[in-house]
Amino acid sequence: MSNQSSVEIQTEWDIVAARQLGRNVAKELGFGTVDQARITTAISELARNIYLYAGQGKIEIQRLTENGINGILIIAADSGPGIPDIRKVMEDGFSTSGGLGAGLPGVKRLMDDFKIETTLGEGTDIRATKWLR
Amino acid sequence: MNVRIPILKLRDTLIVSIQWELDDQTAIQFQEDLLAKLHETSARGVVIDLTSIDFIDSFIAKVLGDVISMSSLMGARVVITGIQPAVAITLIELGIRLEDVMTALDLENGLDKLQMELEA
Repeated sequence: MSNQSSVEIQTEWDIVAARQLGRNVAKELGFGTVDQARITTAISELARNIYLYAGQGKIEIQRLTENGINGILIIAADSGPGIPDIRKVMEDGFSTSGGLGAGLPGVKRLMDDFKIETTLGEGTDIRATKWLR
Repeated sequence: MNVRIPILKLRDTLIVSIQWELDDQTAIQFQEDLLAKLHETSARGVVIDLTSIDFIDSFIAKVLGDVISMSSLMGARVVITGIQPAVAITLIELGIRLEDVMTALDLENGLDKLQMELEA
């Protein structure tokens, strides 16, 4: 079962819209306040990355059910420049935007599963899941 | 869409209670408004209460950290109060350390702490 909704990221306001959508879905799924904060923060960071580095893209929120466990999947997709060195951006403290954004390692820690696919000149697709335990 | 955060003055202290989710523009506007108010009132302390805030991302954290450093350049001390458990957990997991920041559990404790600091 999967049920999705999405927000196009083009302006700073869309970052707010994306995290509100994510928070509402997380609440409906029954996540507690700490997980709601984790999910909202992760979406905010991913949406801001799209806004800062790719200019535009999309945040998609999906409800998941796997082996009877519910979860929320955040997909952050853009057709931006792509990430030249994934290993480097997954290191704590690495930033190319002058300290904005805690970066992807932070998002990875906030969520349960984290996958990133990127192609230079084509874009980046990040999928992060949180399971309801 | 652009709502400004009210800044109250109580004797030599400015009191700010952030009551709703901060978007980028509101956060930047708040930074400017607070510094202007410090300049205008010569307040020596600021309490920023975050009781109603249920998440802080790296951008808001940076704006808060910056406003604390900027206030300190202007000779004022800032206390952050009312950080919710969920906010504290996510900030640390995200990898954000608000180091050298004075904090207190709630507004009352924050005002006490600030008073002690200013009298010391």
